[in-house]
Amino acid sequence: MENPCQAEPAGIYVHIPFCVWKCPYCDFYSITDMSLKEAFLGALLDEMQIGKETGFFQKTRFSYDTLYIGGGTPSVLDAEQISRIIEAACRSFQILSDAEITIEVNPGTVTPEQLRGYRHAGVNRINIGVQSFQDANLKFLGRIHSAQNAHLAIRQARDAGFENLGLDLIYGIPGQSEKSWLADLHRAVAYRPEHLSCYMLTFESGTQMDDDRKKGRFCPADEALTARLFETTISFLEDHGYAQYEISNFARSVSKRSRHNQKYWTDAPYRGLGPSAHSFAEARRCWNFRSVKKYVETLSTGKLPIEEKETLTREQRILETIYTGLRKTYGIDIDKFNKKFSTNFEEILGERIMPLEEKGLIQRSQNRCFLSRRGMLFFDSIVSILVQECKN
Amino acid sequence: MIPQNSFFEAGRECSSGDFELNMKNIRNFSIIAHIDHGKSTLADRLIQATDIISDRDFHDQILDSMDIERERGITIKSQTVCLPYTAKDGQTYFLNLIDTPGHVDFSYEVSRALASCEGALLLVDASQGVEAQTLANLYLALEHDLEIIPVINKIDLPSADIERVRKQIEDDLGLDSETAILASAKDGIGIEDVLEGIVNRLPPPLSGDAEAPLKALIFDSHYDPFRGTIVHLRVSQGKIKAGDVISFMSNNASYKVEEVGIFQIVRVPAKSLSAGQVGYMIAGIKTVSDTRCGDTITLKKQPCDSPMSGFKETKPVVFSSIYPVASDGYEDLVIALEKLKLNDASLIYEKDSSAALGFGFRCGFLGLLHLEVVQERLEREYDLSLILTAPSVQYEIIMNDGSSEIIDNPALYPDPTRIQTTKEPFIRAAIIIPDRYMGAVMSLCLERRGINKNYQYLTNNRLEMIFEIPLAEVVYDFYDRLKSVTQGYGSFDYDIIDYRETDLVKTDILINGERVDALSQLVHRDRSVERARLACERLRDEIPRQMFKIAIQGAIGAKIIARKTVSPFRKDVTAKCYGGDISRKRKLLEKQKKGKKRMKMVGQVMIPQAAFLSVLKTDNS
Repeated sequence: MENPCQAEPAGIYVHIPFCVWKCPYCDFYSITDMSLKEAFLGALLDEMQIGKETGFFQKTRFSYDTLYIGGGTPSVLDAEQISRIIEAACRSFQILSDAEITIEVNPGTVTPEQLRGYRHAGVNRINIGVQSFQDANLKFLGRIHSAQNAHLAIRQARDAGFENLGLDLIYGIPGQSEKSWLADLHRAVAYRPEHLSCYMLTFESGTQMDDDRKKGRFCPADEALTARLFETTISFLEDHGYAQYEISNFARSVSKRSRHNQKYWTDAPYRGLGPSAHSFAEARRCWNFRSVKKYVETLSTGKLPIEEKETLTREQRILETIYTGLRKTYGIDIDKFNKKFSTNFEEILGERIMPLEEKGLIQRSQNRCFLSRRGMLFFDSIVSILVQECKN
Repeated sequence: MIPQNSFFEAGRECSSGDFELNMKNIRNFSIIAHIDHGKSTLADRLIQATDIISDRDFHDQILDSMDIERERGITIKSQTVCLPYTAKDGQTYFLNLIDTPGHVDFSYEVSRALASCEGALLLVDASQGVEAQTLANLYLALEHDLEIIPVINKIDLPSADIERVRKQIEDDLGLDSETAILASAKDGIGIEDVLEGIVNRLPPPLSGDAEAPLKALIFDSHYDPFRGTIVHLRVSQGKIKAGDVISFMSNNASYKVEEVGIFQIVRVPAKSLSAGQVGYMIAGIKTVSDTRCGDTITLKKQPCDSPMSGFKETKPVVFSSIYPVASDGYEDLVIALEKLKLNDASLIYEKDSSAALGFGFRCGFLGLLHLEVVQERLEREYDLSLILTAPSVQYEIIMNDGSSEIIDNPALYPDPTRIQTTKEPFIRAAIIIPDRYMGAVMSLCLERRGINKNYQYLTNNRLEMIFEIPLAEVVYDFYDRLKSVTQGYGSFDYDIIDYRETDLVKTDILINGERVDALSQLVHRDRSVERARLACERLRDEIPRQMFKIAIQGAIGAKIIARKTVSPFRKDVTAKCYGGDISRKRKLLEKQKKGKKRMKMVGQVMIPQAAFLSVLKTDNS
């Protein structure tokens, strides 16, 4: 039974806005000017201090069972700096003793000492941005590391004592064949990582790569091939003991899923720290300035660096719940949905779901509504159809 | 003498009754020209030269008050302005410039405007020379016995060839080129010569008997939200003043005159308007439909013996249905049409409904340009997004039982097995071209099922060709094509002559097997395959890819005559979704949701407004 007084544990996300080099496909916020590192760190600790008792989190005393240090490239920070961040977080927030503490690292920026230091600082989960085990692909993606670096980083992470390890891979790269992608997958599973994220290469608007594509500087991979790779990935990983739990995420067991990332897909509360980070609780969301300079400046005046806040209407919450829910293989929890919005899922969406169900894109069983494997390939279209005439 | 200055301040009543005494100081004139020869610029200069508007309030193309007129560089709604001018002879003259619309759809309006003038400036571009509309407009002016002053404009251009243009004026137009005024409206050259020319060379209005019963011609009207319909009129005999009870001779409707006056960008009230004057009348007339262009106004108690000649009731010849894209846009459309109708007497409409598009209106237009203008005004001035169905003419359908029906809407087309014969309207088209385009025009007209009845040389290289063509072929995109094959030199005018037997079919468009009633068209059998194929191609290009293959078919009854396919997405999935992505994605979905209000759902297929519009579009590019 849920106790209404005791909120579900929340998550903390810390955005490290630095990269040695901007990858042309990436739309996360980061800068390459490392001289601002210390100023940023100081500001980040201030944000924790000021933020612990202000903002919309003050109403509910949350406890936190995840801390995710992402970016950017968190591994541009040394172990001592990461340690300071974790310690400060523990001082300001009630972080549970068994919390999942993740760091994202770039294979080109880590040393064995650094990794040991992270582990020692309390990081218990590591996610390595491998992207590919082939130099040609890494070159196209504009990564600073080589395939060799990737192999090395994984071994070093294991050696440093990380028992919960995740790898990020990208497919749908121009020139990549099905065989070539399977080779990457084979190499990845050979390390028996606990977690795998396999992302279809996406051209996010505003990125250098999208600009290059529009200007015809390269020819994107064939759409049908990429679609096939999506399904190949799921079957291959299934055969190798990895169950898909979100469109792009796979884990060896339920406990090895990214506890933190699942919060985004279950409307759980999370607090974002650092430039551009988003916070969310109930119907409210706010996000920080997407600028290190502004972030540091605002905090130096004792104010939270919030760029914008929004309070979602019921209709918007329903929309987001559908959007995030259908990304999971579990799908939308219908009981939860009905309770949360005091509504009847069937009544408001049944009519829209039916034809999609007939086409085998969406499925319902007892308490769940979820996309089929084929349905996931058309996630955007399906969500768009479902939310069109969402009666309330 | 006429007392001045304060006299022309906006809003002040004319203080003088001297008007009727000074008929010789009035000139009523139009400017006629081929498109782009500088008509609006010349009008601007004349207005500026006579100081009726401050420089601060002045803007280019001041008489073209609609955005759409300025953007397209055409005049749709004619305007009138009275210019006070003190000539070299020391006298002050009142020059009534009656602006005219510039398109064949509105040729009746042009003829009414010219009927209120004694003279016209015929503007010819110094580098382009005499062109088709110059000629067509000249004929129209000569029909009304107008005195013509040729004006060679744009003489400042490096490519100006004044001597060649003089020769054309002489040879092609048969006018005395020695009397042509040289001008550059853009640089303000020759403006005084033009004003002096108007004063000295155009005759004053015939001093009709001011004591005779009132006879005045309505040449235009517009709607003012505060005063109701403003009737633009030219008094040809008698006098009209506030308090008079007048009647319209076409329908005997009578009204009490509230105000008369003249136009000076703003309306300036006057005590009366008498024979020869051009001005306006306000008489509590609710909608412009109650006043008809070309009608005659007289006094109820003391009517004149006969109306002005040339009155015609304008009849719509092109029909199309208008639907709001958003399903909740119907009420807005009702209001917008009612308002537009206040200002556009030639627009007619009645309720219509479609399975695919919901409720809308079946509308009648004077021509295709009129249709486009109405659509643009509705969308711009009333912020509506609309879907228009393919334009159609009126067909006469004779049933097996001998009864007959007039049909302009494909939705009402009866079961073909019940039809004995179908008749379609034919026009007599007069096309004037330089003779080098004879072959091109001949093939265009033959391709449009035209029959060449006659041709004759007007001058040594200018040709008039007469064709009988089905109206349906002309409303499609004939005028654009004529212009393109004649490089803009072709002018064209037409009258409906009769109804003739035809082989009509109804083509349907099916999307994934479902008929979209709003895309049905009535076409000649010979045209059906081509039209259906074109419609399918355009839909294919405009309908966004979806999860499934979309089949677009053209059909006559159960027979498929064209087919195109929109290939499906192979994938459509956002790869990553973390904390910073959700709000952005939600906004994107919300935007899409709004955008989809501009789409129509047929079965499972979303069809954007642009797709419907593309089927209607006529250009072949």
